[in-house]
Amino acid sequence: MVSTVAWLLTAAIGAFALTRGDYELPLAEVLRTLSGHGTLITYDVVVDNRLPRVLVGIGVGTAFAVSGAIFQRLARNPLVSPDLIGINAGAALAAVLMITVLGSGWIPLGALTGSLLSAIVVYLLAYRNGVSGHRLVLVGIGVTAIIGSLTAYLLTLADIYTAKSASMWLAGSLAGRSWEHVVLVGITVAVGLPAAMASTRQLRLLELGDDLARALGGRVELARAALIAIGVGLAALATAAAGPVGFVALVAPQLARGLVPRRPGLLVPAAIGALLVVASDLIARTVVAPTALPVGVVTAFLGAPYLLFLLARTNRF
Amino acid sequence: MKRIAGLAVCVGILIVVVLLSLCVGNRWVGVSEVYRALMDFSGSDTDRVVRYLRVPRTVAGLLVGVALGLSGGLMQGVTRNPLADPGILGVNAGAAVAVVGAIGLLGVHSLTGYVWFAMGGALVATVVVYLIGGAAPVKLALAGAAISALLGSLTSAVTLLDLSTLNEYRFWVVGSLSLATGPIVAQAVPFVAVGTVLALLLGRSLNQLALGDDLAQALGTRMQLVRVLAGLAVVILAGTATAIAGPIGFIGLAVPHVARRIVGPDYRHLLPWSMVLAPIVLLLADVLGRIVVRPAELQVGIVTAVIGAPLFIALVRRRRMAEL
Repeated sequence: MVSTVAWLLTAAIGAFALTRGDYELPLAEVLRTLSGHGTLITYDVVVDNRLPRVLVGIGVGTAFAVSGAIFQRLARNPLVSPDLIGINAGAALAAVLMITVLGSGWIPLGALTGSLLSAIVVYLLAYRNGVSGHRLVLVGIGVTAIIGSLTAYLLTLADIYTAKSASMWLAGSLAGRSWEHVVLVGITVAVGLPAAMASTRQLRLLELGDDLARALGGRVELARAALIAIGVGLAALATAAAGPVGFVALVAPQLARGLVPRRPGLLVPAAIGALLVVASDLIARTVVAPTALPVGVVTAFLGAPYLLFLLARTNRF
Repeated sequence: MKRIAGLAVCVGILIVVVLLSLCVGNRWVGVSEVYRALMDFSGSDTDRVVRYLRVPRTVAGLLVGVALGLSGGLMQGVTRNPLADPGILGVNAGAAVAVVGAIGLLGVHSLTGYVWFAMGGALVATVVVYLIGGAAPVKLALAGAAISALLGSLTSAVTLLDLSTLNEYRFWVVGSLSLATGPIVAQAVPFVAVGTVLALLLGRSLNQLALGDDLAQALGTRMQLVRVLAGLAVVILAGTATAIAGPIGFIGLAVPHVARRIVGPDYRHLLPWSMVLAPIVLLLADVLGRIVVRPAELQVGIVTAVIGAPLFIALVRRRRMAEL
């Protein structure tokens, strides 16, 4: 029910986003173009420019949200999201390396490698008779600091135009996304979401704690490794497509939990993630128009206060 | 007495490091040449390099080091939190966003112009993080991370709107001493001096705070006053340091821990030691940054992050993170 509403809202905002921009079109015109009866110009604006942007936004929001939900439930800690445990930072460093040195065609592969490496490093450094959520987050903050300063260093080496596009990307941006990105994100979600859904039973078991999970017949280590791999992959490829769009992975699962207290599953966070990104992008494009802000500026601006609110409200940390 | 002698030795080391910072660079300059450049300026290339580049840079390193060492020590004392540091807790990010706003939106370009913005930004960040994070180490670090992310997104919004601001910003945000000029350094001196005096006066009160709220109150410590004054000193020091050199992390975290290992937890000694050790570390990191990727250079903030973050991780990994 909640996810249906969220998807409908996403579709509505997405459709509205298709009408907005330098060249405003009425919704009817957009629909006519989508059904194949537009002019060359409207086709160019709607199908080549705005639609990929909206679709990538939906895909990226879904991927980050599902990744965040997996990590938060595995660690039984709402703060263990890929933003805070260094995964997005690793993907970002690798991607900026690709942008400044190798050329942007390598971004997806680089982001995947970078995030895997940083995930492994953070996990190993946080390991000490098991991994506690808090230690994971704090180690993540430390590792993120190193990675962040190396990324900033790379930006000083590039020429100013490369630096600009890299910083745009680093803030998390949907500007200029094409159908290639749609395909990348589409495949990511098409593979990652069903895989994650299929592991839901294992996830529920692992939430009970290792001992109980083992007693109930779960193959604990294997299930956890698979879930972590899915979570890292989703966050990494979403980062490859749009940059590290901040706080979606943290906030979407939390909102889902607030809206569906009992069993939010993974579809509700997915829907809320998509809604968050598409709505934030619309805000990012319109609030200081004609200049477009990167979407990540808006998600961070909305998400960081939410994290502060979470922190202020609980005494659990 | 032993502590005083040790401190004197550290000051000696600091002087050697200062000399090193004047000599090492793209081109090695001998001590005698440095002396000549300072005392008998002839206008030769070497003299110019020393006088107009290395001296401001080294003095900037001294000022920033003193400021960061003291503000880290103060923050750890007031919050009784071993992870406190102006970088981790978002104070530097607060100063940074205000400076970027001043440069990008208001066109302020002089240090005396934007140091006030830096301190204002540092103040707001400090208050918010402290109100939300309180005493719990994890919560405080997270509140700092959240504030840094929030302010970072504001900063990138401002810098992405204007290419020339981005160009200025990207060299500044890594944390660098090479941007300091003579006038900038001269303008910063009074701020650091005021902050230093304030910080050193608070040593005894911080010792009492360390005993816990109840005992401190019983001893007659005016806790709120101490916290406010310490916060003020942190804001002045970290704000000025950020205004001179950009956000430099981990010096304020690491140095007080080293000082604590050497002289123990007494803040009347810990603060002066931090104040001498921090510029040693900062200048060494800067000199290292000039050597490792020659002929280019690695900005000091990157060196301190690469050296300091592992220390942070080591602290986090210790089984019990006892409050200080």
